[in-house]
Amino acid sequence: MTQDTHDRRTVLECMVWAGTGLLWTIAGGVPQSSLLGIGEANAQAATGFNFLQISDSHIGFKQAANPNPLGTLQEAVGKVGTLTTRPAFMIHTGDISHLSRPAEFDDAEKIISSAKLDVHYVPGEHDIVDEGRGADYMNRFGKKLQAQGTGWYSFDHAGVHFVGLVNVADLKAGGMGSLGAAQLAWLADDLKSKSSSTPLVIFAHIPLWTVNADWGWGTDDATQALDLVKRFGSVTVLNGHIHQIMQKVEGAVTFHTARSTAFPQPAPGTAPSPGPLKVPDDKLRSVLGITSIAVRQGTQPLAVIDGTLA
Amino acid sequence: MIDRRSLCAAGAILTLVLLSQQARADEAAVKIDNFTFIPETITVKPGTVVKWTNEDDIPHSIVGTDGKIHSKAIDTNEDFSFTFSEPGTYNYFCGLHPHMKGKIIVAP
Ligand SMILES: [Cu+2]
Repeated sequence: MTQDTHDRRTVLECMVWAGTGLLWTIAGGVPQSSLLGIGEANAQAATGFNFLQISDSHIGFKQAANPNPLGTLQEAVGKVGTLTTRPAFMIHTGDISHLSRPAEFDDAEKIISSAKLDVHYVPGEHDIVDEGRGADYMNRFGKKLQAQGTGWYSFDHAGVHFVGLVNVADLKAGGMGSLGAAQLAWLADDLKSKSSSTPLVIFAHIPLWTVNADWGWGTDDATQALDLVKRFGSVTVLNGHIHQIMQKVEGAVTFHTARSTAFPQPAPGTAPSPGPLKVPDDKLRSVLGITSIAVRQGTQPLAVIDGTLA
Repeated sequence: MIDRRSLCAAGAILTLVLLSQQARADEAAVKIDNFTFIPETITVKPGTVVKWTNEDDIPHSIVGTDGKIHSKAIDTNEDFSFTFSEPGTYNYFCGLHPHMKGKIIVAP
């Protein structure tokens, strides 16, 4: 598909594919080689914009599944400069660091900032295990983002409303991810003034749908958040945490999880636990990656395209 | 009637018993493997030091449901110890992966 033959109908087809799980076909069939690993959504630049999702960089991880996550983060960020359509900004869906150590955050920020894009972060559970239980994250990232509570906030870009949520704090025994009453109340208030035709992008670390309860891959009170977005015509939910691509469409809501830039995790039910998955060294980059999201005007689903580091 | 000497001997024996209990009963180990506390439940005497060792490639933590225990993140091959002085049942979970649960029963 070239830009010339790229009429409105083909754009819609691409988006429908992206929205129904056939994304795999696109991701596999898109000319990734010519795009250095990041499949770019076929952009209609005049009416929309692209942004990137990066996730689970786990700087500080040292185990066999990837002894050099800083190197692979560098490779991922290095691809940003090669894109033909410059992304408007980047979101990072958490687990920036492995153990919330200052040096890990420093290293991650140094590389991520080299993309010269605004970065909208949300914390993963690995980013709030400092003594202050997330105080360092808030000082480094939350303040800049004018975040509230444990790090939630919203912003608008070109008519799209973005909401960054935190579902990794104050977790309860036996539970999964949790948003908590205070954040849900804030979300209700935040969305109140938005018209139903406003496209919404909601991002958080742990999936906001239950991918696998046994492994804690879900958010206990996600339903309450999703009830609040029911009246909206286009909702895209972007998560990380599970280090692999999963997608689900439910009405107007498209759920999508991104790959990690550090190491893969097993598919549900294929391993005794969700711990890091060691793959042969020459396969590692094919299971790491970042995600490019193209936003069109209107209430159509966003085109979500995953690219690997291979 | 108890004379002074036998009282003294009893005291000495009691001291010995207490000392030997202290020397032997005070450590218990819990292994963290495959996102599971092994064993999930242990029963220990008051004063026991319970030591958790993480054998996973991902950090875990120990958080008591009563809020009294809150470990730092325990990285791969690291450990965390806590002394259980008072009898009772202590439920705990992993602060990073709360579906991981365990229990320490402290009974005399
Ligand atoms: Cu854990």
